[in-house]
Amino acid sequence: MAKIKPEDLARIGDRIKRTMLLREGSCRLKIIVHMGTCGIAAGARNVMKAFTEEIDKAGVQDVLLTISSCAGLCSREPMVTIEEKDKPGVKYVDLTPDKARKIFSEHVLAGKIVKEYALAAGSERTL
Amino acid sequence: MPHITNVMICTCTNCISNGALEIRDSLETEIRKQGLEDDVLVVPTGASGLCVNGPILIVQPEGIFYQKLKKEHIQELVEEHFLKGRPVKALMYVPPGQESPIPELQSIPFFKDQRLIALRNRGLIDPDRIDEYIARDGYKALAKVLTSMKPEEVIAEVSKSGLRGRGGGGFPTGRKWESRWKDPRTPKYVVCNADEGDPGAFMDRSIVEADPHSVIEGMTIGAYAVGASSGYVYLRMEYPLAVKRMQLAIDQARDYGLLGKDILGSGFDFDIQIFKGAGAFVCGETTALVASIEGRIPEPRQRPPRTTLWDKPVVINNVETWANVPVIINWGADWFSQIGTETSKGTKVFSLAGNINNAGLVEVPMGITLRQIVYDIGGGIPGGKQFKAVQTGGPSGGFIPASLLDLPVDYERLAEAGSMMGSGGMVVMDENTCMVEMAKYFVEFTNDESCGKCTSCREGSKALLDILERICEGQGKEGDIELLEELAHAIKDASLCGLGQSLPNPVLSALAHFRDEYEAHIREKRCPAGVCKALITFSIDAEKCKGCRVCAKNCPQEAISGQAKEPHEIDQDKCIKCGVCADVCKFDAVVIV
Repeated sequence: MAKIKPEDLARIGDRIKRTMLLREGSCRLKIIVHMGTCGIAAGARNVMKAFTEEIDKAGVQDVLLTISSCAGLCSREPMVTIEEKDKPGVKYVDLTPDKARKIFSEHVLAGKIVKEYALAAGSERTL
Repeated sequence: MPHITNVMICTCTNCISNGALEIRDSLETEIRKQGLEDDVLVVPTGASGLCVNGPILIVQPEGIFYQKLKKEHIQELVEEHFLKGRPVKALMYVPPGQESPIPELQSIPFFKDQRLIALRNRGLIDPDRIDEYIARDGYKALAKVLTSMKPEEVIAEVSKSGLRGRGGGGFPTGRKWESRWKDPRTPKYVVCNADEGDPGAFMDRSIVEADPHSVIEGMTIGAYAVGASSGYVYLRMEYPLAVKRMQLAIDQARDYGLLGKDILGSGFDFDIQIFKGAGAFVCGETTALVASIEGRIPEPRQRPPRTTLWDKPVVINNVETWANVPVIINWGADWFSQIGTETSKGTKVFSLAGNINNAGLVEVPMGITLRQIVYDIGGGIPGGKQFKAVQTGGPSGGFIPASLLDLPVDYERLAEAGSMMGSGGMVVMDENTCMVEMAKYFVEFTNDESCGKCTSCREGSKALLDILERICEGQGKEGDIELLEELAHAIKDASLCGLGQSLPNPVLSALAHFRDEYEAHIREKRCPAGVCKALITFSIDAEKCKGCRVCAKNCPQEAISGQAKEPHEIDQDKCIKCGVCADVCKFDAVVIV
């Protein structure tokens, strides 16, 4: 292995930065794909795959992709929730890989909610 | 493409002995079986802290904490959580005295009140992968030091931070470095003291197992500051996993040019090798430690003159001290010195053991009270029993009673209470602990580990032990307490090194806080905690006994008689006081007096 210089440290770190963010749980924005049995049956895995491809293509470091269980509205799966710091989460329904790509470029990257696919903003009251 | 889920599996020595490696293998098999290998990555890490509940998994990014895992749980876990996204509640941590599991790590009181500096990477990185250390700002402090700081600036920063030796002595680290920096003799050395030997203490092992690069980086910064060209990690052979991980980390650092010639292209040369100690407790004492490295018999010697290695200047710091150094350089002395008390800055790692619900490894800000550590983080005493004392500083420390539980963790405050910070062992004792027996246990340890050079330590510890044994056996006599005290002070005054000077501390602090228990043993021939076999008898309370026969069936001496549904009786001539009857009785009918 080649000897490294001080500036190489940042390069080595960046290479696995997203993995590290994932472990620390810190990020600018979180994409939660609901992967209950209902979601998986409706095609949630392909939706998730579309997001992973887009994240890779765009090379973004501050976005976390994670899974969660059924969001409750099984008839509208696949569903995705996009959470941003200090903003109410947005739930998208009836997704396909293509819709996921559009959400990624418009909402995740540009910060504009894709209204035609969105179900609602905010989450249910708990406790 | 990075994975979407990282499963951090604790592979510290504790968890491995509980089967962590099998769990890892079956996780990987199940993940492959479900076709999730591109989504879920299994990452082995060092100790996550709550070792008593191992094997442990932390699932990121959600931060869900699974514990006490068995191989047969894994199929369900993978299918439910990783495939279907439904975390498995039955395998999560349940805090003592509560019913519903708390799923997230950050909401578990054990983790929430801790502040991690030395253990900053625990459970977050794979210790065998240098890139993961680098991604968490690793070697950034070294680069900063080598490219933009003079040695004297590094020393000034460490001095200003207020960092003090974490091995127990509490000597200001910056001042130690400065004196070696000024020493004109060359070559110079740095040593990491990882000869951890206190019973029940495993702070250093956990740091080396979880994050060996933090120690290497700290040592390299220290070497640059004092002008040293080579270093040793004095690691005991009983820590094979730590030795393995440290060696791998050293090799990786050399490959990257972070050790060896011309580090990071700066022109600075420094390299580290591991010295494997044979596990003698006295080698933790610096003059004995250097004797051991030099190949001599590890006997301490008089100081001053200052400790040297092959007659050359040497800086010896503890594992935890070294691990703090990169953070101080990165974040600055001002930031570091805001944490803690007037005289004790930063955090301290403790291994919590004994009669406590959450036994494990904790890192807390200095100034936190013992009550917070025992009750908030430690989760209190099991079985609803009363707290009696906490022992800090291992065999060199002392007992702190319930009346001093609000004492802040601070070098000076603990010393005033007759104990010491020590390297971080913290043994919690409940009401069923006999303080004569406990003091005897620690003196037995130091008597065994005394190197034998000083008569006061070698023979003095034996004399202390003889008296304590006599008291436990009911043979104590008037004047024993005074004799113990006189002897203890003589040993303190006449011994050469820290081992001898501090070995009477458990006896003296037990006498200071629990003198009545010693008096009860000597005058009334009674052990108030019901521990010393010669002074107790087991009997059955006829009112409470339901005649269930469980004790009679379990008694190895067949000393218990009685018909079913009739109160039983113990034959005192046959009874060996093993305590099995008390352990198995469901009705609390066995009385120990």
